[in-house]
Amino acid sequence: MNLVDELLQDAPATPEAKLTGKDFQSDQDVRWCPGCGDYSILAQVQRVMPELNIPRHRMAFISGIGCSSRFPYYMDTYGFHSIHGRAPALATGLKIARPDLMVWVATGDGDGLSIGGNHLIHACRRNIDIKILLFNNQIYGLTKGQYSPTSEFGKVTKSTPVGSIDHPFNPLLVALGAEASFVARTLDRDPKHLQQVVRRAAAHRGTSFMEIYQNCNVFNDGAFFTYTEKESKEENVVFVEHGKPMIFGKGKDKGIRLEGFTPTVVSLSDGKYSAADLIVHDEKDTMLSFILARMSNLPDLPRPVGVIYAVDRPIYEAELTRQIESSVGKKGEGKLEELLNSGDTWSIN
Amino acid sequence: MSKTLKTLEDVTIRFAGDSGDGMQLTGTQFTNTTALFGNDLSTLPDYPAEIRAPAGTLFGVSGFQIHFGSSEINTPGDACDVLVAMNPAALKVNLGGLRDGGIIIANSDGFTEKNLKLAGYEKNPLEDDSLQKYQVHAVAITTLTQNALQDLGLSNKLIDRSKNFFALGIMYWMFTRPIDLTVKWIGQKFGKTPEIAEANTRVLKAGYAFGETTEIFVSRFEVQPAELVSGKYRSITGNEAAAWGMIAASVKSRLSLFLGSYPITPASDILHELSKHKNFGVRTFQAEDEIAGITSAIGASYGGALALTTTSGPGMALKSEAMGLAVMTELPLVIIDVQRGGPSTGLPTKTEQADLLQAVSGRNSEAPIPVIAASTPADCFQTAFEASRIALKYMTPVIMLTDGYLANGSEPWLIPDASSLPDISPTFRTDPEGFHPYNRDDKTLARPWAIPGTPGLEHRIGGLEKQHISGNVSYDPANHEFMVRTRQAKIDGIAADLPPAEVEGDPKGELLVVGWGGTYGAIRVAVARRREAGKSVSHLHLKYLNPFQENLGEILYSFKQVLVPELNLGQLSRLLRAKYLIPALSLNKIQGLPFHADEIEKKIDELLP
Repeated sequence: MNLVDELLQDAPATPEAKLTGKDFQSDQDVRWCPGCGDYSILAQVQRVMPELNIPRHRMAFISGIGCSSRFPYYMDTYGFHSIHGRAPALATGLKIARPDLMVWVATGDGDGLSIGGNHLIHACRRNIDIKILLFNNQIYGLTKGQYSPTSEFGKVTKSTPVGSIDHPFNPLLVALGAEASFVARTLDRDPKHLQQVVRRAAAHRGTSFMEIYQNCNVFNDGAFFTYTEKESKEENVVFVEHGKPMIFGKGKDKGIRLEGFTPTVVSLSDGKYSAADLIVHDEKDTMLSFILARMSNLPDLPRPVGVIYAVDRPIYEAELTRQIESSVGKKGEGKLEELLNSGDTWSIN
Repeated sequence: MSKTLKTLEDVTIRFAGDSGDGMQLTGTQFTNTTALFGNDLSTLPDYPAEIRAPAGTLFGVSGFQIHFGSSEINTPGDACDVLVAMNPAALKVNLGGLRDGGIIIANSDGFTEKNLKLAGYEKNPLEDDSLQKYQVHAVAITTLTQNALQDLGLSNKLIDRSKNFFALGIMYWMFTRPIDLTVKWIGQKFGKTPEIAEANTRVLKAGYAFGETTEIFVSRFEVQPAELVSGKYRSITGNEAAAWGMIAASVKSRLSLFLGSYPITPASDILHELSKHKNFGVRTFQAEDEIAGITSAIGASYGGALALTTTSGPGMALKSEAMGLAVMTELPLVIIDVQRGGPSTGLPTKTEQADLLQAVSGRNSEAPIPVIAASTPADCFQTAFEASRIALKYMTPVIMLTDGYLANGSEPWLIPDASSLPDISPTFRTDPEGFHPYNRDDKTLARPWAIPGTPGLEHRIGGLEKQHISGNVSYDPANHEFMVRTRQAKIDGIAADLPPAEVEGDPKGELLVVGWGGTYGAIRVAVARRREAGKSVSHLHLKYLNPFQENLGEILYSFKQVLVPELNLGQLSRLLRAKYLIPALSLNKIQGLPFHADEIEKKIDELLP
């Protein structure tokens, strides 16, 4: 038994007392700008954590660089504020070495999709059991206001005074294209929904990718208000739920219907269509997940929010553990003396 | 016809052919047989970066050199005694390395008009008198291979692939080596394709029999087993030894070994080797890039693993930001850099020692990292173990430098007694009472290793500057200077924990030749020969390059002159000059090849006429 196993033997695997959200607040002052969407994300994550019945010492929050990446400092768990873009890679190493831990990644649209895009997609592909919170504010905040890989075409920023000529990423499509087994979108200004999605991600086994629309009130204020504010939200967002038809609009008077592969908005009030004509969301439907994710970029369609895709498939570190156990089963636990003396040897007297 | 048997003390053979001719395999088989026979030996694989370079071209030539003998062997040999050339390009590229009077065994079937043209020969050198200062044996190896296999119904392509075994058979005969080991190996390697196993075995035997019966060869040679220190031996390459050294460190530290690595020549064999040993609990992770290789290792180290990342020069450059993170977070990590020719992609398959300054200081800001180097293939074992010891004891990344020559070269290794290796297990912090992530050990200045999973020690670390003791983020100017100085002092303090440097030869005198890394054998041979010739010269070989050993200055000051042979433009000499203010002289070679002992001897003679 190695030293880590010995240490873990004595450590409780469940909380010894009932935890509250407050137990997950560290002693550090939160230093985001007043009014930042990050506060809500932090609060909702802290609120959900006690429900998971996992002790704080079994949790690690890993981040890269950027406003979102300050997240671990404010969680009273283990935390590692690493270098720009590398959080998924660092979390991967930690999770492979320590499958017993619950590992979260806090990242942003710049950290996760620009400098760290490579690590993000490969974590998804491998299906490492880590939970990725991607704070998307469509701007570089910590470097004070340059456009990001999710900023819209034409965006005027400090580095694009006459408008960005970069076509943006759709984070959901990036995650789906990278074979993530859990892909969801939620909103900083919808605490209940955010909590639900975090809960679902925590329960999922495999890489859980969450895109969180997050308002940067200093450099990109209101970027998502169409989707987050009361007066426009209902008309512009469809909250997808597994097994339920896709209905939205004030008074639930609209739905999404598939015509061929094309989703279209239909009215439910003119008698032509009913709920039975609409797409019924199926989280396990790969084709549908791409159609839903693509809806974000199509005009006249509402933004899908919720768990877009959730399937089970083999988990990297579990497969590795299985290979190790099988090797030990076949060859016996490695003995150094035997290794050094294996193969062709000869003696000199 | 009777053949004479001559006894030789040592021999250097070079196998050379197209990169698809199996020369590396042939050389490795000859090496393993020779090792088992009991000779001391040293090898130099020398192959192109292209996997199957266009056949017959000069740049596609792959070579494998082995120097073996009945006395101590320290280098792969300066000049070859025997050159096996499978085609004209192989002859042309390697002829310069053959001594006058040396033996050439050429596959005459490979000397086609097309191949001669590709190699730039106007006339067939086997048929004119251009090779008259050598003993040339033209053998129709391809035809003889075909004859040996004609009843097996194999395709010409498969038959052609066996011809290297014919050459190997001839060499086994010529140097009176048994063929059994290779026959056994063929059986294992080609167990699933019995017809190929049969073909290779038959061709090997045909080559051996050809040597016996043909009138071309009038003499064969024997090289008696070497009188090595008694004990049990095996043949080992530098990459294997490095991998095993890390497994040993994992066992002796009672930590699981984690390797995060991206494939890169010439380091990939460490990844291959470690991935075979899952029953030691080794977790190998082939990362998406070099950066993920090291950051995943940092994550694993944070979780309490013995963490390793392996790479070569270009990968080192990519890892440098993350090395800084490991310095800042003070986590143990071993970084193995198998150096190759550079800069940029450079010479991927050739050796060089030009990453020393990168290793010592190639990071942003003040980011001290201990650097140690292996001196022979087998020494990679002990060096990897030592790198792990330092990393765990001082909570620091450690860079271990090897090079392409050490990584692929092999030598007999006196197998160490596993139980004699020291315990290097760390103590994880478990007591929450008075715990602070940057509260240091008074003696080592190491911070506590508090791993996730430990109740009551929840804390946050990261790349931002740390407040002394508390580890909280701090922008305080005085604290920053204090922490920079403390991190430096921790690494400098390791010097007190190192064995003293030892001079080979007299402890003072006219000239000290100071080397590091893979130049060990060539310097050792050169200095020994010049000492025999009466010169006042000694040899000091450095394993510890940062920090230097405490007695280094004293040794340097005991000699009138200091010469530093390096496969770079003078990187160690620059460090020695800067630290010890001595006019260290440089001997530089930057050809992607190791030093020959005589190159160093020549320089010694220049300095000590």
